[in-house]
Amino acid sequence: MTKHRSGAPDILQVRDLACRRGPALLFSGLSFEVASGELLCVRGPNGCGKTTLLRCVTGLTRPDDGAVLWHGEPAQTDPERMRAGTAYAGHLPGLKDDLSADENLEFMLRLRGAGSTPEERREALAAVGLEKRRRIPARRLSAGQRRRIGLARLALDPAELWVVDEPLTALDDAGQALFIDLLGRHLEAGGLALAATHHRLAPASGVVRELRMA
Amino acid sequence: MRTGRLSAATARRERAEGSFSGGFSWAMARDLRLAWRHPDEAVLTVAFFALVASLFPLGIGAEPQLLTRIGPGVIWVGALLAAFLALPGIFAADYLDGSLEQMTLSPHPALGWAAGKIAAHWIVSGLPLTLLSPLIGLQYGLAPDTLAVQALSLLVGTPVLSLLGGACAALALGARGGGMLLALLALPLFVPVLIFGAGAAEAQATGLSPTPHLSLLAAALIAALVGLPWAVGAAVRIAVD
Repeated sequence: MTKHRSGAPDILQVRDLACRRGPALLFSGLSFEVASGELLCVRGPNGCGKTTLLRCVTGLTRPDDGAVLWHGEPAQTDPERMRAGTAYAGHLPGLKDDLSADENLEFMLRLRGAGSTPEERREALAAVGLEKRRRIPARRLSAGQRRRIGLARLALDPAELWVVDEPLTALDDAGQALFIDLLGRHLEAGGLALAATHHRLAPASGVVRELRMA
Repeated sequence: MRTGRLSAATARRERAEGSFSGGFSWAMARDLRLAWRHPDEAVLTVAFFALVASLFPLGIGAEPQLLTRIGPGVIWVGALLAAFLALPGIFAADYLDGSLEQMTLSPHPALGWAAGKIAAHWIVSGLPLTLLSPLIGLQYGLAPDTLAVQALSLLVGTPVLSLLGGACAALALGARGGGMLLALLALPLFVPVLIFGAGAAEAQATGLSPTPHLSLLAAALIAALVGLPWAVGAAVRIAVD
């Protein structure tokens, strides 16, 4: 699975991870590492455990076996350190319908322990094409526009590691290009990413590797 | 250009950190703003309380002695049911839209945002009930000193209800028939609070000291404050798994 490793130190290491859902064993003995500037794409058919793997890495789901190492130390020893360094964008958007795009962004970033100025948020929302709609309640935005709020949040999130689950869902071509551009900048700035996707992700910079799950 | 971007990202990284107060103020500010946008839920809680407490004199008849006798108990039962009515909303919406996942993954400790959410919940449910209670008490012809003790007992008791109810609501997350389960879980736990809360005003009305009841309520509040936000955090972690 490894193609052209960049030689940078591994920031995220996963050792012998195993997880079962009910009686079914989703995966076992899964090991990989991701270094700074690398994107690891998790691929596989529906129901093979991609989402569960991502949730195990973030710590949302407790794996049945194995360990996740963050900067060389088990994630459980200092979970808050890993949480501060990890941005998770799953299937559920975590948006509040009654708050505007700008307020949603503000609260999302505050929850991530990062402050943001109105100018920063305005700029980020303009970059994802929501500048004129940033004061409209999120309930009146389309599915794709709501995903774009998530993109603006990733752009401002201080996290080193992005864990993104099907990041291109509901985005139009321009939105997909926007995400890939953001991802490229994130990798260029020394970030790393773990993505479960059926699409081809080819950011302008960074090393892209694949993990195939059966 | 490249280094500028890089240093901006590193600077943002260094600024990010979690704290109890960060999580607390985040949850409180967000939930209060959401409640302000949609005041119907808070209004419904208060209206329900006023209605229930006003129905008793209509049903039993306006016999002053009887009303003064049952007043404190009826007001407390009304407040308890109204507080219960507001419970299911405390975590359910956040659970469904993914906010709870993001909270669990936040660098802020769970204790902070759990306490913040419960505090916001109390401000929109328990506090209005407390403030309204003297007005309701007048319908029952309670003496001014009894009204004061009644309000004081609600001031100390309703936060306990919010804390206990919040923990039960977090435990019932994701369960089928969550509303019914929540009633079965929470209402029995509310009973001691009801007994000491109503007991305080009744003691005052019969010329005894309300201090023992109020002290026990305050002790319950301290115990709840110490233990329950932590339990909420643990229950939420299980629910999002």
